[in-house]
Amino acid sequence: MGTTPDITLIEEIVRQRLDEILPQKLEEKLAEMKANKTPSMTIIATKGTLDWAYPPFILASTAAALGWNVSIFFTFYGLQLLKKDISDLKISPLGNPGMPMKMPFGPDWFKGINWNIPNLVQAGIPGFESFASTLMRRTIKNNGVADISELRSLCLEAGVNMLGCQMTVDLFGFTHDDFIPEVKEYCGAAHFLPMAQEADVTLFV
Amino acid sequence: MNFDKDLDARGLNCPLPILRAKKALSDMQSGQVLRIVSTDLGSVKDFQAFCKQTGNELLEQTQASNEYTFFLKRK
Repeated sequence: MGTTPDITLIEEIVRQRLDEILPQKLEEKLAEMKANKTPSMTIIATKGTLDWAYPPFILASTAAALGWNVSIFFTFYGLQLLKKDISDLKISPLGNPGMPMKMPFGPDWFKGINWNIPNLVQAGIPGFESFASTLMRRTIKNNGVADISELRSLCLEAGVNMLGCQMTVDLFGFTHDDFIPEVKEYCGAAHFLPMAQEADVTLFV
Repeated sequence: MNFDKDLDARGLNCPLPILRAKKALSDMQSGQVLRIVSTDLGSVKDFQAFCKQTGNELLEQTQASNEYTFFLKRK
């Protein structure tokens, strides 16, 4: 004579067994998913000066070298970094108290001086910004830091996806022809945000 | 240590040593060894992380005065 299976007992056994095997299975599965996933990063580049051109391109090229998928969304002044010629990007020491003002030439004692030039003086001298930018370029070269055009080329070679903000293109009166042809897409926030949502790392520069 | 390819990254700063190494590795066969000499102090930690992330093996790293030498085995 068969006995009616005790549902509660079966449920209890199944629950116990699941509790035993599930955590381990889950861990294995998660580890497998992590190992198979290509990391990704999205960057919002908003600044168009020589100094701030570096962080997005350094991070993007390095991430690409690590095998990550990288997209940069260039918006507002960041669009300047997509221009065909970026060899004339400028830096402004005016109102920038964090910027050391040191000379890239001369004897060591001279190079060590931090020139504390008042804002009023900086603002009053015509061409001060160009002068500071020239010195900065020299300092960059002296220190074996990549030229910004070179760094951008390295990003493109490594497959970094560059997107332009169409709203800013219109706002500033640019045309797509002002920018490098490698920019395949011009879009808005609604296109960028889902990319950022999927990314492991998103940075605002 | 024997190596198949040599990369002189002396005088280059972040992230150039890593980018040049990546490029050099891509032209090599699996199992081949790349030697890199760098003067960038930051490259010590960077190459460790680079190898961990990319699966290339960091066989050895040495320091002589201000020069850092790395031996990387291509994945």
